[in-house]
Amino acid sequence: MTGHRYTVILVHSTSHAIRAEKALYQAEISTKLIPVPRHISSDCGVCVRVERADQKAAVETLKRIGLEVEGVHEA
Amino acid sequence: MIYFDNAATSWPKPPGVVEAMTHFLNKVGANPGRAAHRRAVEAGRIVYDAREAVAELFNAPDPLRVAFGSNVTESLNLALRGYLRPGDHVITSSMEHNSVMRPLRALEREGVELTVVQCSPEGSLDPADVGASVRPNTAMIILNHGSNVVGTLLPVAEVGRICRQRDLLLLVDAAQTGGAYPVDVQADLIDLLAFTGHKSLYGPMGTGGLIVGERVDVARLEPLKRGGTGSRSEHEQQPDFMPDMYESGTPNAVGLAGLAAGVRWVLERGVEEIRAHEVEIAQRLIGELQNIPGVTVYGSHAGEMQTATVSFNVAGISPSEIGLRLDEEYDIMCRVGLHCAPAAHKTLGTYPAGAVRFGLGAFSTAEDVDEAVSVVAELAREAR
Repeated sequence: MTGHRYTVILVHSTSHAIRAEKALYQAEISTKLIPVPRHISSDCGVCVRVERADQKAAVETLKRIGLEVEGVHEA
Repeated sequence: MIYFDNAATSWPKPPGVVEAMTHFLNKVGANPGRAAHRRAVEAGRIVYDAREAVAELFNAPDPLRVAFGSNVTESLNLALRGYLRPGDHVITSSMEHNSVMRPLRALEREGVELTVVQCSPEGSLDPADVGASVRPNTAMIILNHGSNVVGTLLPVAEVGRICRQRDLLLLVDAAQTGGAYPVDVQADLIDLLAFTGHKSLYGPMGTGGLIVGERVDVARLEPLKRGGTGSRSEHEQQPDFMPDMYESGTPNAVGLAGLAAGVRWVLERGVEEIRAHEVEIAQRLIGELQNIPGVTVYGSHAGEMQTATVSFNVAGISPSEIGLRLDEEYDIMCRVGLHCAPAAHKTLGTYPAGAVRFGLGAFSTAEDVDEAVSVVAELAREAR
């Protein structure tokens, strides 16, 4: 199936997700913190959801601020 | 009423502090990082905001390397007990609070070697004496930045340079200086900064933390406690990343909401401006006390060499009696005795009776100082 609209970016914890959210907001990338989808991880925390089209820019932004990314998944 | 016990805890708090805590309890209320619903995420944002505010105040590059805890004592225990191992050598000063001395004395019994560098009777420290105490197995130097007894500032940046040259870590206890005196973890070469939230950061009690610098190997810095963090829940092992690895258990989120507001107030007013005010009133207090016959003032005798904490004694009347009379007869709150710092009082020559401590703060005024001094003059006259 094609046409996934979103990408979810997994980070270590809620603190990291909020750091990511702030950095992405400053980079004018629209984000939402959502529960980690069950099919991706058994972790009970939040992850960062961005538009599929913004995936590359989002990951680069997080890399630039030194925030470790655990995984990038289509959702 | 005159509140001169700011060295124990600041009062009053800036207005935004109570509002932030009320807002958290009334409108947010959820457990930060423990669920993904919007209230929990909002609580997480509030805690993160406190992390950012603290990082900004101390010029720490990464807010995620700020680990919150319940007070500076817990943070000092984490840094000392978490990092030092039997066979390591650690250096401290003779002006430390028991929050440093007691963990160090316990570690000494477990095989950590300890050197206590003697300070002058004014409470100052010669960095050369610290450098001369370094051994091949020295792992860390721990110093208070400002004395909780007499406010004397210790030369942390100079000792920081020694630490970099000798490849040691510098742990600084900023309980008395954070928010009241410029503290810059990068410029002052501080590897581990332990701070409290309820003194000159103007937050509530039950808040504090440890800033962990890039030179610190977190794999070596063992957590004090382990447990739920809201992250990596599938694992029964403690997370190995900051800040979660040092923040097990539900945090004091309502307190951290207040802390964020307190630190924002400090940042808005400016540490330099708060410092200038405190130097002025401390200098006024020292000068006026020194003019009273029978009064002995301890410490540097110079406002710019110390914080706004001033200790003194009055001939012929014990510190405890002065404290009681100031409270009951004159409505002046201060702290007398040994101030949890027997080593510092031995250094100053005021052990075991202790001294009277006036801890001034950002909200103290010259009028408060003049009024309190006139009362001390009256007590000194009676005692002659």
